Amino acid sequence: MTSSPTAGPRVGLFATCLMNLFRPNVGFSAVKLLEDAGCSVEVPASQTCCGQPGYNSGDYDAARALARQVIEAFEHFDYVVGPSGSCMATIRHDYPVLFADDPQWLPRAEALSRKSFELLSFLADVRGAAATVDARYAGTATYHDSCSGLRGLGIKGQPRALLGEVDGLKVKEMEDAEVCCGFGGTFCVKYPEISEKMVDDKVRNILATGADTLLGGDLGCLMNIAGRLKRIHAPVKVFHTAEVLAGFADGAGLADAPKESR
Amino acid sequence: MNAPANASGNARDAILKSVRDALRRDPLDATQVAALDARVPRHTRPAHDEDLVTRFMRKFESRAGTVERVASRDAVPAAVEAYRLAHRLPQRAAVGAALKDLAWPEGWLIHHEAAGITEALAVSPALAGIAETGSLMLASGPDSPTTHNFVPDDHVVVLETARIVDHFEDAWTELRARPQGMPRATNIISGPSRTADVEQTIQLGAHGPRRVHVILVG
Amino acid sequence: MQIRSDEFRERSVFAIHDANLQTALGRARYGFVGKRAQQVADLPEFEQLREEAKNLKNHVLDNLDHYLARYEQAVVASGGRVHWARDAAEAREIILGICKRVDAKTVTKGKSMVSEEIDLNEALIDNGMEVVETDLGEYIIQLAHEPPSHIIAPAVHKTRDQVSDLFEAAHGGPRKTAVPDLVDEARRVLRDKYFRADVGITGGNFLVAETGSSIIVTNEGNGDLTQTLAKVHIVTSGIERVVPTLDDATLFLRLLARSATGQETETYTTISTGPRRADDLDGPEEYHVVLVDNGRSKMLAGRFRDMLRCIRCGACMNHCPVYGAVGGHAYGWVYPGPMGSVLTPLIKGLDAAYDLPNACTLNGRCQSVCPVKIPLPELLRELRHLQHQQNITPVMQKRALGVWRWVATRPKLYHALEQIAARALSGIARRGRIRRLPLAGGWTDSRDLPAPTGRTFLELWQGKRGQQ
Repeated sequence: MTSSPTAGPRVGLFATCLMNLFRPNVGFSAVKLLEDAGCSVEVPASQTCCGQPGYNSGDYDAARALARQVIEAFEHFDYVVGPSGSCMATIRHDYPVLFADDPQWLPRAEALSRKSFELLSFLADVRGAAATVDARYAGTATYHDSCSGLRGLGIKGQPRALLGEVDGLKVKEMEDAEVCCGFGGTFCVKYPEISEKMVDDKVRNILATGADTLLGGDLGCLMNIAGRLKRIHAPVKVFHTAEVLAGFADGAGLADAPKESR
Repeated sequence: MNAPANASGNARDAILKSVRDALRRDPLDATQVAALDARVPRHTRPAHDEDLVTRFMRKFESRAGTVERVASRDAVPAAVEAYRLAHRLPQRAAVGAALKDLAWPEGWLIHHEAAGITEALAVSPALAGIAETGSLMLASGPDSPTTHNFVPDDHVVVLETARIVDHFEDAWTELRARPQGMPRATNIISGPSRTADVEQTIQLGAHGPRRVHVILVG
Repeated sequence: MQIRSDEFRERSVFAIHDANLQTALGRARYGFVGKRAQQVADLPEFEQLREEAKNLKNHVLDNLDHYLARYEQAVVASGGRVHWARDAAEAREIILGICKRVDAKTVTKGKSMVSEEIDLNEALIDNGMEVVETDLGEYIIQLAHEPPSHIIAPAVHKTRDQVSDLFEAAHGGPRKTAVPDLVDEARRVLRDKYFRADVGITGGNFLVAETGSSIIVTNEGNGDLTQTLAKVHIVTSGIERVVPTLDDATLFLRLLARSATGQETETYTTISTGPRRADDLDGPEEYHVVLVDNGRSKMLAGRFRDMLRCIRCGACMNHCPVYGAVGGHAYGWVYPGPMGSVLTPLIKGLDAAYDLPNACTLNGRCQSVCPVKIPLPELLRELRHLQHQQNITPVMQKRALGVWRWVATRPKLYHALEQIAARALSGIARRGRIRRLPLAGGWTDSRDLPAPTGRTFLELWQGKRGQQ
């Protein structure tokens, strides 16, 4: 069953583990943005995870098992879109590699890859959706470029172009916006001291901008940075870019108390 | 004998076999070898539209080298004397034999041998200049021993403007054209010696010359 | 150099708290990164050169046997000798043999990472020779009895104060503190060594098959004094360093200094071809090249072949945030940073360096600056794959992955567990965050965990849309 009676491409929303568990608001923001951009959105119930934890740990069989599940759940959509550069890079780049020697699954992986997109770049590049952004956010934000989105999918200008359409929002770039925040999936708990040093460097750069808000396109990074900001009691709100673009950033940011308002 | 000749031959064969095994093939056949030997490399060269002499001077000076121009070769000794005075150097130098016919000043102690540990000043002829990076090309030989380029604190290099070429590849063409073949050492020198190994602070004169001065002739 | 990569964890934690090291690393990082960026901005052809360099290296690797044979031929034709070493022990034996034959007492060295790889210095010293590193950075760490912490700037971790102490102890005499005075002192001390050296050993950035030449690039000129003044010049080089012609070497020269130190060119690029000629007035009487395999030909066969393209510029470690946090010594062997995390397990064994491929976020900055486009994150992941297959990965991790896979391929179960977790975590949260979570100390020791809101997206979505 589709979510809206409009015509236009059928998009399967790739929820992502982190969004599903920690931040549903990002999912609802994504749906609104996609519908405003003329898409109809479905959320397949059989999705769980893109398989990246297995892939990056070197367990390629586990990754393939998850990948097959994703392919089956999503391959009949016109597009697969997810609010995460990390997950969508896995689907776009790593699935064809995982099935390179599998004549049955390779074509399906390649076909899915071609129509898989990270949310913000999909809105900007494929839907030309800057014009449909109709939101307000009073504040100065700085932007963290997630590594997989930036280097894996070339996401840099698109979020900034979309945010440029948000009334009242100023974006102030930080030093080393493109340097890794230290999340890296299991890296942050396997090598916590190094991760802490890296996130401290990121936090220092954020605070140096004087921005009251941090935005980004990947919840892993945002949770990592927000977690550190809160631990040191820094008064910076953290949102996923989609939340601001959809006008759903009026509540609590990541790791903020639910009833707090600023 | 560094190691029994047998062992070295065994190692050579073993390594080349290991390489071929890794590449999953037999040794190349004669046709393939000929094709590789006939290969002509063509790589992108940094483009610019600068006059070669201007570019050479600008780039060499940007790395703390100094350049002066004189009209002819005859003017070299006077230029070197002026340099010596300016830097308060003694009246002696190691001079590349290619420059020995010049009218060196009276009272100077000049030799054309390899530089000794107390050598303060050397004067060398450059084989070419490379405008791409503002570098000198010097070839070792009886006319220009390598030690002249590295031992003294001060190195003066005589370069004819007509010998300034554009890119490295053009300099290699000069090298290949030498009837005596490759020199023992081809030194591409782009300025005085430097190091940044102490706290990333640039310091000149690490081991090679502290100062390199080019006299551009013509 | 004795490998201590199994101490990565402890060394990295200490490194993070070593204020001197952190200051030094910060200084070096911003120098190298900023200067390289400027060079790239100034050279419109830079990306084109990277692509050509990658292709050229691949061409050489495809024909490595041919080019090595041609190279050897040309070295011999110019009066030099080529020795082949299958492994580190063989390389040491060859070099020791040469040194003993000429009754060498003093050996000077230009910077050569291969010589560290084969543990050369200890072998020479054990045989009664004085070994003097002449690259200033290498000299400093030699005095400190430390290994290099960076392949281009080996003493990058040392402060000026530490250098003053080392020089005072080693040279006697009044303690110098200003950089010019320290460098002058080194210059004076090392000049004497150059002139007394019996054997000079340098590395080889590139070996040119066309002419049988070895090419080194330095800023100091130490490699030149090393090779010119000694009676014997020995070049130590990996077999993968050969390039077909001088023009081919030029392509890499255009990328090397820009990538390494952010210079357009280093001060000295020296092309050495054979021993002194009959009419030369100086130069070594003997010229030897020791070609070292030590695992490289094996690397050619598999999924790590791309690593053989490496030109040892150090750009990857300069841009790596993990290297930037812990410095080079944490990696425990000759090659640190991303390239070291690939090479160390391949040369020394997967189980000798478990942490190196894992202490990486796969952020990809290294690959984006590699002048020969080595896909470093892919190679590191591939090493993790091998660890997993060979059960070098801890059993707990394998089991955890097995459980995760089992659950994640059962969507209804997975979603039910997520719903339980969402409720549980939001239940223990205070003001939107969790400060302490048993079993998750890796996160909560230094970070709050943003709390879920209590319902998962999927259940909220299905609730909203009336789907079941």
